[in-house]
Amino acid sequence: MKIDLLAFGIAKDILGYTQSSYMVEHSISIADLKKQLSNQFPSFEKLSKFDIAVNQEYQSDDFELSENDEVAIIPPVSGG
Amino acid sequence: MINIKLTDQELSPSECEQLILDDQAGGHVVFIGTVRNHTSSKTVKYLDFEAYGPMAEKEMHKIAAAAKDRYDILHIVIHHRTGKLAIGEIPVIIAVSSAHRKAAFEACEFCIDTLKETVPIWKKEYFEDGEVWVAAHP
Repeated sequence: MKIDLLAFGIAKDILGYTQSSYMVEHSISIADLKKQLSNQFPSFEKLSKFDIAVNQEYQSDDFELSENDEVAIIPPVSGG
Repeated sequence: MINIKLTDQELSPSECEQLILDDQAGGHVVFIGTVRNHTSSKTVKYLDFEAYGPMAEKEMHKIAAAAKDRYDILHIVIHHRTGKLAIGEIPVIIAVSSAHRKAAFEACEFCIDTLKETVPIWKKEYFEDGEVWVAAHP
C-alpha cells in the first residue's frame, strides 16, 4: 500500500526529499517500517534514534499503518 | 488562556508579556531563548530552524495544556521561530502568569524542557568549516 512519507532535519538529507509517496506492506507496523527504512538507507542506523509520527501524532513501534497515512520520520528534535 | 505561535517572523517579548497580563496575576515569568555564538569551543555563525509545522503547533499546545493542568497558572504563551537566525536573535519565548510566582517559574521551566524533548523542530548549526544537525548523532 502507499503512504505519504515526510522527512525532516537530517532525515530529509538522508532520503533526499521532504515528501514522497512510499510503498509498504499492508498494515505494516512502525517497527517494521523503521527496519525497512534502515535497510534501504543505512545512515538511519547512525542516528541517536528516530521516531515516527502518524497523522501528526507520535506512535509506538506496535502501531500499524493504514493506506494514505501521513507518516513523518522524526529524528532527534532540537528546538528551543 | 493559551497562545501558541510558530512563525518565520521575528518574535516579540513585549507582545508575549502583553498576552499574559491579568489583574489576578501576582507575577509573570518570561523565558527568552537566544542564539549563542559557540557550541563547545566551536564558533557558530548562525542557526537554521526547520519545523514540521502542523505537528509542532499541536505539540506546543499539548505542552501548554499540560502545564495548565500541573501548575496553578493563569495564562501561557509559547512562541517559536523558524528559518535562519543570527547570533543574539530569539528562537523561542515562553511567558507564564500566575497568582503566585512559584507556579509560573515551575511551569515555564517545564515548558522549555518538554519543548526541547517533544516538539518536532530541528536546528542546524553553521560553523566556519561546515554545518551539523544538532543532537542527530550520538
